Amino acid sequence: MTQESKYYLPEGLPAPVPESDNLSAPYWEGLKTEKLMVQKCQGCGQHQFGPEWICHNCNSFDLDWVEVEGKGRIYSWERAWHPVHPALKALEGEPYITVLVELPHADNIRMIGNLLGDRHQDVVIGSEVEVVFEHHTDNDPPYSLAHWKVV
Amino acid sequence: MARNIRGQVCVAGVGETTYYKHGQSPDPEFKLALKAILNAAKDAGIDPKDIDGFCSYSNDRNEPSRLAAALGTKDLKYSVMQWGGGGGGGSGAIGTAAAAIAAGYADCIVVFRALAQGQFQRFGAAAPAKTVNGDNAFVFPYGIMSPGQRYAMKAMRFMHDHGVERSALRAISMASYHHAQSNPRAVMHGRPLTEEKYDNSRWIVEPFRLFDCCLENDGAAAMIFMSAERAKDLPHKPAYLLGASQGSEHRCAAPAHNAPTYGSSSFTTVAPRLWENAGCGPKDVDVVQSYENFTGGVLMSLVEHGLIEADQCNEFLQLDNLLAPTGKMPLNTSGGNLAECYMHGLELPIEAVRQLRGTSTAQVPKVDISLVCSGPMVTPVSSSVFGSEATL
Repeated sequence: MTQESKYYLPEGLPAPVPESDNLSAPYWEGLKTEKLMVQKCQGCGQHQFGPEWICHNCNSFDLDWVEVEGKGRIYSWERAWHPVHPALKALEGEPYITVLVELPHADNIRMIGNLLGDRHQDVVIGSEVEVVFEHHTDNDPPYSLAHWKVV
Repeated sequence: MARNIRGQVCVAGVGETTYYKHGQSPDPEFKLALKAILNAAKDAGIDPKDIDGFCSYSNDRNEPSRLAAALGTKDLKYSVMQWGGGGGGGSGAIGTAAAAIAAGYADCIVVFRALAQGQFQRFGAAAPAKTVNGDNAFVFPYGIMSPGQRYAMKAMRFMHDHGVERSALRAISMASYHHAQSNPRAVMHGRPLTEEKYDNSRWIVEPFRLFDCCLENDGAAAMIFMSAERAKDLPHKPAYLLGASQGSEHRCAAPAHNAPTYGSSSFTTVAPRLWENAGCGPKDVDVVQSYENFTGGVLMSLVEHGLIEADQCNEFLQLDNLLAPTGKMPLNTSGGNLAECYMHGLELPIEAVRQLRGTSTAQVPKVDISLVCSGPMVTPVSSSVFGSEATL
């Protein structure tokens, strides 16, 4: 891959956008201002991610969106080598790491992102990580992603 | 009245087309479906026009009404699609067909699956699109787009939790390739796999190497089910459905990989229900066909069906234990999705039936109970167990 790319993965992957019913819009808008927004039930206080129209715990429809701290620990991970999308061919054989991060301070909800740093690094489940936002402001439509790096 | 399907329904006939590498079928998908159904009818010794029900899964594109019109079906009594993607619905469609026969809705139901990935899009390639929404929006921009990428982290977590070594995955892969060498139908017939070849194969997505991943193929498969009362009139040694079960754990489809039971093949509640429904248990199983989308899925399926303990995977999952005829648990004896054909796993219950008939190309001696685990890690998943007359 050409060095010093602006982004962890090459440009040209699909841009995340809310569904036609806008269920996840607060999450995607939050990333643009470097906030991790997730649902919190007004009825039972349960955090919920990804978003649903109803609280899975108490079935209340009264869900707030709250900001949660971008710290967590690696729950699982993978290192992908085979380019399944044409844009990924720009990596020229280099792999990329994706992590599933759980947020203990928010009922262990999990989020997915890429793990920044050495693409060949040893990844250890349980490692503490923090969020790093990546803004694709020049894309049409513009969007932001939440990556992670080991603390 | 007992609420189970045990012994009420038998497999009347099985049929397959030639299995092709993806994109190499000379026939379009609909014609493949017709050929497999005709082959199953011939195997059962029935007139294809007497088939009165159609069940499939994974959004098969070949609609029952069109099939019935093409075949000249006399009276279409039943047409049901099992929800869900991947091969998770293979045994689910079988269970649905059997339930309909037991309920008297129809008398002769074909469960089928047809795939022509040359005619349609391949599974392992992401569809080019400028934007993505819904659950995929949480993963596509991070490069999780293919089934392998979607499920690698489940296997990784399970292997971490239970200290499973990658040699266990290798043994699963090698068992399929070994059995394919005696199966002339297998796409990988004549292409044996060695430890060295496996170890040197490229990573697709860690923890999966190339040989941990299923093939992508063209072809079709079909199984015809009837009431067990008709078994004595059929040309083959009968194979009865003992049980079928489908579903998945609590919130298995929670968005953005938030399933509470994450490091799982989705069978933790489905498999116990299978055994209860079938009136037998893992210790009774003589031979296992376990869907290999990826070897990690097989690993977890075997554990969740109670065939092996999670902390014994390294010790037990060694090639000798998995080979017909003498292994402790012969596994994927036709070559399965890895080496026979990726027919979305419908080749697996067909092989389970062959084992009961005594006609497998990797025959296990004295098979009375033959297990099928369909499509792990997706939701819903399903499994089924077939038995000989002696088990009734």
